[in-house]
Amino acid sequence: MSAPGNFAIPERGPGIWQPKIQGIVCNWCSYAGADLAGGGRIQYPPDIRIVRVMCTGRIDSLFVLKAFADGADGVLVSGCHFGDCHYLEGNFKAAKRMFMVKRLMKSIGLDDRRFRMTFVSASEGAKWGAVVTDVVNMVRELGPSPITEFKK
Amino acid sequence: MAEKKKATTKKSESKKVAPVKQEVKKQAAAPAAAVGQTTKQDARIGVFICHCGTNIAGSMDIPAVQEYAKTVPNVAFVDNYKYMCSMPGQAVISKAIKDNKLTGVVVAACSPRLHEPTFRTATKEAGLNPFRFEMANIREQNSWVHMHDWEGSTDKAKDAIRIAVAKAALLQDLFPKSVPVEKAAMVVGAGVAGMQAALDLDAAGIKTYLVESTPSIGGRMSQLDKTFPTLDCSQCILTPKMVDVGRAKNIELMTYSEVDAVEGYIGNFDVTVRKKARGVLTPAEAEARGIVGGGCNGCGDCEAVCPVVKPNDFEVGMKPRKAIYINHPQVVPLIYTIDFNSCIKCGLCVTACGPEKKAIDLESKDEFVKVKVGTAILATGFDIFPVEKKEEWGYKRYENVITSLEFERLICASGPTGGHLVRPSDGETPKRVAFVLCAGSRDNTGVGKPYCSRFCCMYSLKHAHQIIEKIPGCTPYIFYMDIRSFGKMYEEFYYRIQDEGAKFIRGRVANILEDPKTKNLHVHADDTLLDRPVDMDVDLVVLAAAVQPMADTNRTRKLFGVSCSMDGWLLEAHPKLNPCGTTTAGVFLAGVCQGPKDIPDTVASAEGAASAASIPIHKGEVELEPYFATCIEEKCAGCGMCVNLCPYSALSLVEKEGRQVMQVTEAKCKGCGTCGGFCPGGAIWMNHFATPQIVAQIDAFLLGGEQ
Repeated sequence: MSAPGNFAIPERGPGIWQPKIQGIVCNWCSYAGADLAGGGRIQYPPDIRIVRVMCTGRIDSLFVLKAFADGADGVLVSGCHFGDCHYLEGNFKAAKRMFMVKRLMKSIGLDDRRFRMTFVSASEGAKWGAVVTDVVNMVRELGPSPITEFKK
Repeated sequence: MAEKKKATTKKSESKKVAPVKQEVKKQAAAPAAAVGQTTKQDARIGVFICHCGTNIAGSMDIPAVQEYAKTVPNVAFVDNYKYMCSMPGQAVISKAIKDNKLTGVVVAACSPRLHEPTFRTATKEAGLNPFRFEMANIREQNSWVHMHDWEGSTDKAKDAIRIAVAKAALLQDLFPKSVPVEKAAMVVGAGVAGMQAALDLDAAGIKTYLVESTPSIGGRMSQLDKTFPTLDCSQCILTPKMVDVGRAKNIELMTYSEVDAVEGYIGNFDVTVRKKARGVLTPAEAEARGIVGGGCNGCGDCEAVCPVVKPNDFEVGMKPRKAIYINHPQVVPLIYTIDFNSCIKCGLCVTACGPEKKAIDLESKDEFVKVKVGTAILATGFDIFPVEKKEEWGYKRYENVITSLEFERLICASGPTGGHLVRPSDGETPKRVAFVLCAGSRDNTGVGKPYCSRFCCMYSLKHAHQIIEKIPGCTPYIFYMDIRSFGKMYEEFYYRIQDEGAKFIRGRVANILEDPKTKNLHVHADDTLLDRPVDMDVDLVVLAAAVQPMADTNRTRKLFGVSCSMDGWLLEAHPKLNPCGTTTAGVFLAGVCQGPKDIPDTVASAEGAASAASIPIHKGEVELEPYFATCIEEKCAGCGMCVNLCPYSALSLVEKEGRQVMQVTEAKCKGCGTCGGFCPGGAIWMNHFATPQIVAQIDAFLLGGEQ
């Protein structure tokens, strides 16, 4: 993979902090891509939990903020590539909202690298594995969410 | 400073959070109460954990997951089974639903994309609404991707079950809507796949629109000389089919036409077809214009007088054609076509055609025709990989390096040389011919294609046979990686060609050089069986070029909402169990557009697609998934933001009780939820993906247990 990022599978074990990452993905591309990663036995860290929606267009900005408020250390939204949306243009509309979420995160002092929107098609199993690995590595580098820390 | 920042963070976060929670409670109450559904408090969920043999059980601690599931709120029953999808597995679910009066079912197993329909049926058979079923994916997205992390995958499975139970507790009864299916089908592409599919649909009594972008049907197969391994002549077995298609009473042939737009859904596709300006009237079109007995009869008088000469694409540019042309004498329909890009509008053809037929109209324009069909089959076929990109073989630089498609035309009796294989440089008959297999296939350099093109081995064997048969003393040298003779009677054919005297050299051709004087070619390779280099002087090189999707495939597939795989071939619904279906209901795939296939496989896939496409039409109605949007009217402010967001124009504003509220046309709504993701008032309820259901999933993961 030529894209920038850290695709090394992180170490796990007692005493090593594991982040909680909320994934919200579309049924037609990224969920299918994640299934394909399974079919190809592509290994990635198990720190992500997926909520499936029919289209990324369904994703209310508040879902992302709710996940952070609940203590997620990172959120990953993933859908079809532009032009490939099963519902024509839901991913464009989602992407616009997600930019807004990023701006909002910056303005409340939450590192916006904790939140990412990616585009993984139904045929990109390997890319899904790489994306999750990179997100986990990024969130590990950033450490526990300040929201969780503050609640303590 | 840091403290202050944190404080602000918390403050703004808590501000944000509060309204979300209120929203959720209100929404959950509103529609549930309105339709008298089960509310979360009395939900009784059954959890069923599948081992999938060792696929799941081999990577996680199933007993621990089961013990954990018992502690999750609302869970009334937990069980596990080796194969939950099997008959006994499904019986476990049915029995538990009845015995424990379950209100919801969670199966932790494979992907819902595989077995959601199976378990929904099981749920339904036990008397529960099938939409009260929720799946936790612990195979594709857990045990298979965390194979060496016992704790990690066990924890993830526990979370997945908790998340699924949280959603299942809030699921509602839903009832799929039946819509009538238009008794017509469309087939896009009229190669052998499209023709076979159309003929089958015709035989089943279904009106079929067969759309072909070139002037004639027949496709790639009509360019071939003979077919392996039986060596029957391609034209002899194909042209009768072409005539049948032309004659079939249920097939409406639309040649020189392209799909321009597609609207609607299974059962009710509205397709706009662009009939490209052909410049020549068919007898039917002429009659419509009042020219009785007129129209093109294929006499060819126009072609004789046309002064413009262009290369003939059908003959891979090795033969000329005029600006008004037919590709070859057997075309169906036998109607000439004007290439308006090269026509100079001199009018000689109009005079030659004469005042009775009046078949030529130099001012004709593209026409748009709208048809309504219930299902569609894509059979868009393949093109040849531009093998000149592999510079080491010198295609397009050396005259005597040709592709196998050019070879087909040269060896074909109806081809540009009347079936005499000649060297393009001097017209001499070659005595030594090298065949380079995997020319661009099985290529991991990034220049060619990573996949096997599947039929090149076999047609190269056929080519070797043809030159041995036609040219006495000519020797074929086949440079191969592996000979993949996988079909019925194929391996036997391979032995036969070996016995006939073809020379096989296992090794990739590294480089080809041309002698500038004689135009002979030096082929450099490594014989990996004898472990020695090969430097061979040959007269002609034939590259068995890789295949790739047609250039226009990408545009067409997007119109029908079909995905493609990494290499551009159209993506089937399931690679093994549903190779003809796509993720768009009512759209099917036939032939090579789904991936390289030889002719028998292509015809088989076409018949499969035709059968699949005829099922909804014969049933007469289809059930649509009931994932519609609904408006919670007391919350709707009538702002109309959603109306513009909807890609299907399914939403509108209507006047109700003196104010504007949104209304959903259910037949148009496909359930993407783009409106529900944006509604500022939270007034849109997305069936099965409602805001409280999704928020419950997020809460279940991050806060643990019920919130």
